[in-house]
Order: sequence, then structure tokens, then C-alpha cells
Amino acid sequence: MAETVFCRPEALAKVHTHYCPGCTHGVIHRIVAEVVDELGVRERTIGIAPVGCSVLAYDYFTTDFQEASHGRAPAVATGIKRARPDLVVFSYQGDGDLASIGMGEIIHCANRGEKITVIFVNNAIYGMTGGQMAPTTLQGQVATTCPMGRDVALAGYPIRISELLSTLRTPAFIARASVHTPLMAVNAKAMIRRAFEYQIANACFSLVEVLSTCPTNWGIPPVEAAAWLEANMIPYYPLGIFKVPEKEDRAAKPMGA
Amino acid sequence: MQNDVIMAGFGGQGVLLIGKMLAYAGMHQGKEVSWLPSYGPEMRGGTANCTVVISDRPVGSPVIQCPRAVVAMNLPSMEKFEPDIKPGGLLLVNSSLINKEPSRKDITILKVPANDIANEIGNPKGANMVILGAYLGATKAVELAEMEKLVEETFAHKPKVVEANIKALRLGYELGEGAKMKKGAA
Amino acid sequence: MAKKLMKGSEAIGEAAVQAGCKLFFGYPITPQNEIPEYMSHRLPQVGGTFVQAESEVAASNMIYGAAGSGERVFTSSSSPGISLMQEAISYIAGAELPVVLVNIMRAGPGLGGILPSQADYFQATKGGGHGDYRLLVLAPWSVQEAADLVQDAFDLADYYRNPVMVLGDGLIGQMMEPCEFKEGRVPCKPLPPKTWAATGCKGDRPTNIINSLYLDAKELEDHNQKLVAKYEAMKKDEVRFAEFNTGEKADLLIVAYGTVARVCVTAIEDLKAEGIAVSMVRPITLFPYPYEKVKEEAQKAKAVLVVELSTGQMIEDVRLAVEGRRPVHFYGRQGGMLISPEEIVAKAKSILAEAPAPPLKRETKREARNG
Repeated sequence: MAETVFCRPEALAKVHTHYCPGCTHGVIHRIVAEVVDELGVRERTIGIAPVGCSVLAYDYFTTDFQEASHGRAPAVATGIKRARPDLVVFSYQGDGDLASIGMGEIIHCANRGEKITVIFVNNAIYGMTGGQMAPTTLQGQVATTCPMGRDVALAGYPIRISELLSTLRTPAFIARASVHTPLMAVNAKAMIRRAFEYQIANACFSLVEVLSTCPTNWGIPPVEAAAWLEANMIPYYPLGIFKVPEKEDRAAKPMGA
Repeated sequence: MQNDVIMAGFGGQGVLLIGKMLAYAGMHQGKEVSWLPSYGPEMRGGTANCTVVISDRPVGSPVIQCPRAVVAMNLPSMEKFEPDIKPGGLLLVNSSLINKEPSRKDITILKVPANDIANEIGNPKGANMVILGAYLGATKAVELAEMEKLVEETFAHKPKVVEANIKALRLGYELGEGAKMKKGAA
Repeated sequence: MAKKLMKGSEAIGEAAVQAGCKLFFGYPITPQNEIPEYMSHRLPQVGGTFVQAESEVAASNMIYGAAGSGERVFTSSSSPGISLMQEAISYIAGAELPVVLVNIMRAGPGLGGILPSQADYFQATKGGGHGDYRLLVLAPWSVQEAADLVQDAFDLADYYRNPVMVLGDGLIGQMMEPCEFKEGRVPCKPLPPKTWAATGCKGDRPTNIINSLYLDAKELEDHNQKLVAKYEAMKKDEVRFAEFNTGEKADLLIVAYGTVARVCVTAIEDLKAEGIAVSMVRPITLFPYPYEKVKEEAQKAKAVLVVELSTGQMIEDVRLAVEGRRPVHFYGRQGGMLISPEEIVAKAKSILAEAPAPPLKRETKREARNG
């Protein structure tokens, strides 16, 4: 008897995605779908699609979905979760969506400790609109709106979302992963699973930042893109777990405390 | 038949409260009522005022530019609203705090030493009740008994306050009843 | 429940609770802070949730999310805050979600002032956000009517799957009047089950996707036409208005909405005492607008006067209704200045002093020429 050892997760739709060759959105989608399946929550999961390359995410999962306007996914997720705390709610957002136009929403959502999971895909560039500078574009990295490379004197330094959110006092699970090698992807899945588990246990807000490639807008072939990510992004965006709800807060204590 | 009044004073003199009590009592007596406060930055530090309308018919405008009566608990309030009173209308002046003479000759002016009366009966916070009583006495906008019932309900948890406020109300009412109203006054 | 003297803002909040709404997302702004304040202590009493959002942008997207899950939800704000919500309102209309929005209008443009105004009429009735959509807009003139309309708004929103706005002004919010919530209120529309809501895709049911994105032009056009059909149904079934002193003939027709109409009633009574017959139509729904009723009453009068706390916005709909058959005059105050009955009386008299006789009928004109 043949045994199935690898198949499409039930939470992943049987369709072709529109993502470019070498883009890791597909891998990240699959990981999220696998985790949703493994935790047995597909029938009570609501995804929030962003504006950006993953705007059509609702076509690629077999869970209910709601499309958010640009940057507002954490607010939309808050509305759903507060209305129906029994549902599992995740938002799937890119760096322009989350770290630029949606910075206010993500910080306050995390600070309120909304029991949702955010999958934050950081590829250091605006993909859908055609390669403009993102808040996470690296110093010196060329984009269509910084053709000479990001000048930190003009645009500031790239924003490290995981580190930034980890400074909040509110308990949370915050981690950064990458999926540019199979081993990395396995680690990323473990983090994403843990993020969903915290939500299901009603423990805390959870966010996993996943470094991702964009060969099209970086202007390099897929294999080189993976190497570029490793060489350039990981040094600035170190991988790991930045905050767990169990640990005591690291921030300075108020006087007299 | 409509009674309308603007009640004005410093924040803390309790004019919004007596305005609300007037509206409540009117409602309990089966009348149509509205209560409209001034709001905004003016609320802080300056004068507070509210407009109360009590009517036999549904209240039209809750905003009264020319009121039939004005209760002025302090000088700025009198200076602000005296010119607006309808000819033949009524101005209640808290003479404990207002030394200036009102200038209108075509309205009834009723001087009520509200703070002095309140102090005399050992209810220094009750100046607003004294002047509310005076307004009721002069206009019969709502029955005194209805207002006394409301005072009992409002301060039910403080029997001493009930007693002191009813006393203040009655003293004011007597003053108001004795006022000689000009012809056509509200 | 017995009659209670209630502040308009509190009555609005309580009405939402009475309508079964257990979710409020909002952001503070004067002059409507009493609504979120009321909800913050009232909702926990009924097992509901209050969230003070970080901005109106976030608050409006939270109601978008909550409505997507099929729960009754509402928010309130005032003019500048409502401007910030336009993004989400457009998405809500596009995704066909039922939400109730309360706008306690203050004077603008820009930061403007915090005093009463009716200057958001265009924004409320003609779109506000981007794209082809309409809000159903209800305009109360008293605290009791605000409470009644808020409850109806939830039913209308659910029935049409469309955002409904209750448009009041600072007076409605701040005023105290007797208000009663009747036991056993019957919804004003049938309420179909929300099978479209994103509540988790169980068993064989296809996924429910709350969305307003249609990349295919034809599909989007079909969606636009579906929305149009909905708005046409509202025009047919939901027009509401009140009339005052209407009859066979009038010297003047006044058209006004909200609290301004109450000032007009006082003015009309004063004018009546002087032998001047003035009628009034008060639109209660601003979209759909009572064009037919305004037209009908305008034809019985010599002239029309529109009174608004703006520089003249609803007057455009009155002109559309009157179709040039009668002169349409305007009286408005701005900036938070209120209108007194005396000002309306004076304006009415000045109009009637200069009003020409109603236009001659065409036949009469022809006869006159022939003669």
C-alpha cells in the first residue's frame, strides 16, 4: 500500500498563485496552511489579506477571509477577534503595508495585546507597485524611488519591526525567521506554529517576521536572491525569538517599582 | 403655554443641576421639556449656562435667543443675558454676589440674596436651590411639591441634604411668589 | 422602560445597546465624547466589548472587521473624525457590510470648531469616500427620534447590507430630553440570516470572503450595478419625512432637517399668529431624499426657503426637487452660530415682501400674447 507522505495542506487552495518565480510568498503560504491544518483550526480561522503582493491571499487559502485596506489589517483583525473571540484570526502583511502605512495600527494592536497572529513578510521592497523603497529597504539598496541606493541621511535607517515591537511592555510572542533554505523554512514553521498556539491558548499577541525574497524587484535571479538575502538581510535583521510572554519584561522599571 | 429660562453662573454654582432638576420636574408633571447646556471651552473657568424649556406642546426650538426668564447667579451672567430677555420677562439676580443694578426697565427684576439665605440656614451650597425656588415661585413653571419630591429622590442617600435643600427651595419660593410681576411677564 | 430625561449622546448609545449591538470601536472627539464614554461602561454590563482605537482610521477598520464577522457594530465620531473614516466607509460599502455610524456634526472645514453644524450633508449623502456608493442617512430632530432612528439604523443596515449613518448635530448630542425605550420593539425590516459572514468555513460550505476588490472590469461593473439596484430599492421603500402645517396652500414652504427644523416650527407658529401661512417638509432620510414630497409641497407655495447650519448644501437637493418651478431661497448660519426663530421670521417676511406671484401657466401666457 502506498502511503501519502507529502500533499497539499487542506487549508491551501488548489490553485496556481500569481507570485513571481523565486518569490517566497508561496513557501510562507504553505507553512501557514500546514500549521492551520496541524492545529485543526481551519474551520474557525479567518485570514486578513493586505494590500501588496499578497492582496489575493484570500484565493490561496481555504479559510474565510477578509480583505483589508492598506495597512489596516491589524485593526480589521481586532474588530473580528473582539466580535468573535472564538475564531482564530491571522493577518498576512508585507513591509510597506505593515511597517509604513500601517505602522500605527500594528503598534497599537500589539500594545493592546490583541490575541491575533501576524505574519509579517519582509522583502525590503515594495513589490506590487514595482520596486519602490520600503521602510525596510537596506542602506544603499537600490529601489525605483532611491535609484542611488537608500541614503540614510534622507530616508533614515531601515526599520526593524521585531525589535521595535519587542520594546512594548505588553506580553507578546515576537520572532523573526527566514525561508530561503529548507532548514530555515523548518525553523520558520516552528515559530509560526508557536505563534498560532499562543493565540489559541488566548495568551498574547503574536507576530512572526519572515524575511522574503523579491527577485523581480531586486533585479537578480532567484538563486542569487536567496544568497543576497543571506548576505545582506540577515546581518541587519537577525533571526530569532525577540519576546515571549512568559519572560519578564526587559524594559527599565519605573522608579520605586 | 411655555416657560423657558436660561440659567447661568460660574462653574460650580450648580446652575446646570438646577436646570436639569427643572426639566425633570417638568417631565414628571407631564410636560414636554428640553435642557440644553452651553458646551466647549467656555465650560471651563468661564460661565456655565443651560436653557430649559417647559411646554404644554412638543418643544420647538431648544435654543432660546430671547428667553422669558434669566437666572443670573453671577455678574458676567447678568451682563451677558440681561439684554436678551423678552420684554415683559423676568430676571432673577443673585444679589448676594451681584452688586450692579440691572438696567432694563421693561422686565421684572427679582433680587434674591441666594448665598446669604443659604448661609443663614446653614446650607451654604444651597444657593442654587434658593434661586430655583424663587424662579418657581415667580413663574409656577412646575409645582413646588413636584420639585420637593424630586429633591427627595435626587438626594435620597443624604437625608440631611434633602431637608436643607427643601428649606432653601421654600424660602426662595416665598420670595418669588411675593414678586410683583410686570404686566405680560412670563 | 419609563420615560427618562436623557442626553442625546447617551440615548444614542443606549439605543445601540437596545438594538443588540455589543461592539463599539471609536476615538474621542468633541462634541460626541459622551457616546464612547457611555458605551465604555454600558457595554461590559451586557457582555459587550468597547475598544478605544488609536485613531478614527483604525476604529473604522475595526468596525469593518467586526461587521465582517456578522455581529452588530457601531461607531460614532464628529466631522474631522468622520473624514478620517472615509476610507473604511468606502470599503464597508464596497464589501456590503452592515454598520451603523453616528456623525455628530461640528463646524468646519478643517479643524473648524466644536459647535453645532450641518456642513457634512454633502459628505454624508453624496459619497464622502471614493467610488460609487451611498450611505443610507437618517437625520433625527430630537433625542427620542435619535434613539428611534439608531435602532432602525441597525435593522436597515442588516437588511440592505449597507452602512447607515445617523447624522446629528452638536445640539442633538448635548441636549437632554425625555426619552423612552419601548419593550418588545419589532425590527423595522426583516432580518435575514447572515450567511455571507466570515465566521469560519465549516464542512462543505464555500469560503466566505469579505472583499471589495474586483480586478475584472465586467465583474466590478456587475457589482456596481448590484449596488445601484440596492440604492434604487432604498429610494422606493425607505424615504422618510415629516410635514408640518401643510395643507391646500401656503405662502412659503420651509425645508429643513434635524434640530434646525424645530427652530423653524417655532418660527412657523410665530408667523401663523401674524396671518402668514408657512408649511414645512422635514426630510428624515437625507438619502434617499424625499424629492417628491418637497416638489408637491413647493407647488402649493409661492416660494421655498431652505434653512441649514451650513453655507447651503441640502438646498441643491431642494432645487432638484422643485425643478425651477418656484424660487428657492436660503438662510443659513455657520461656524457654530445657531439660528433663532426670530431670524427665520424676518427672512420669511423679506421673501414674501419681494415674492412675485407664482409663474403664469403657459396657456395664460399664450392667451396674453394672443390678446
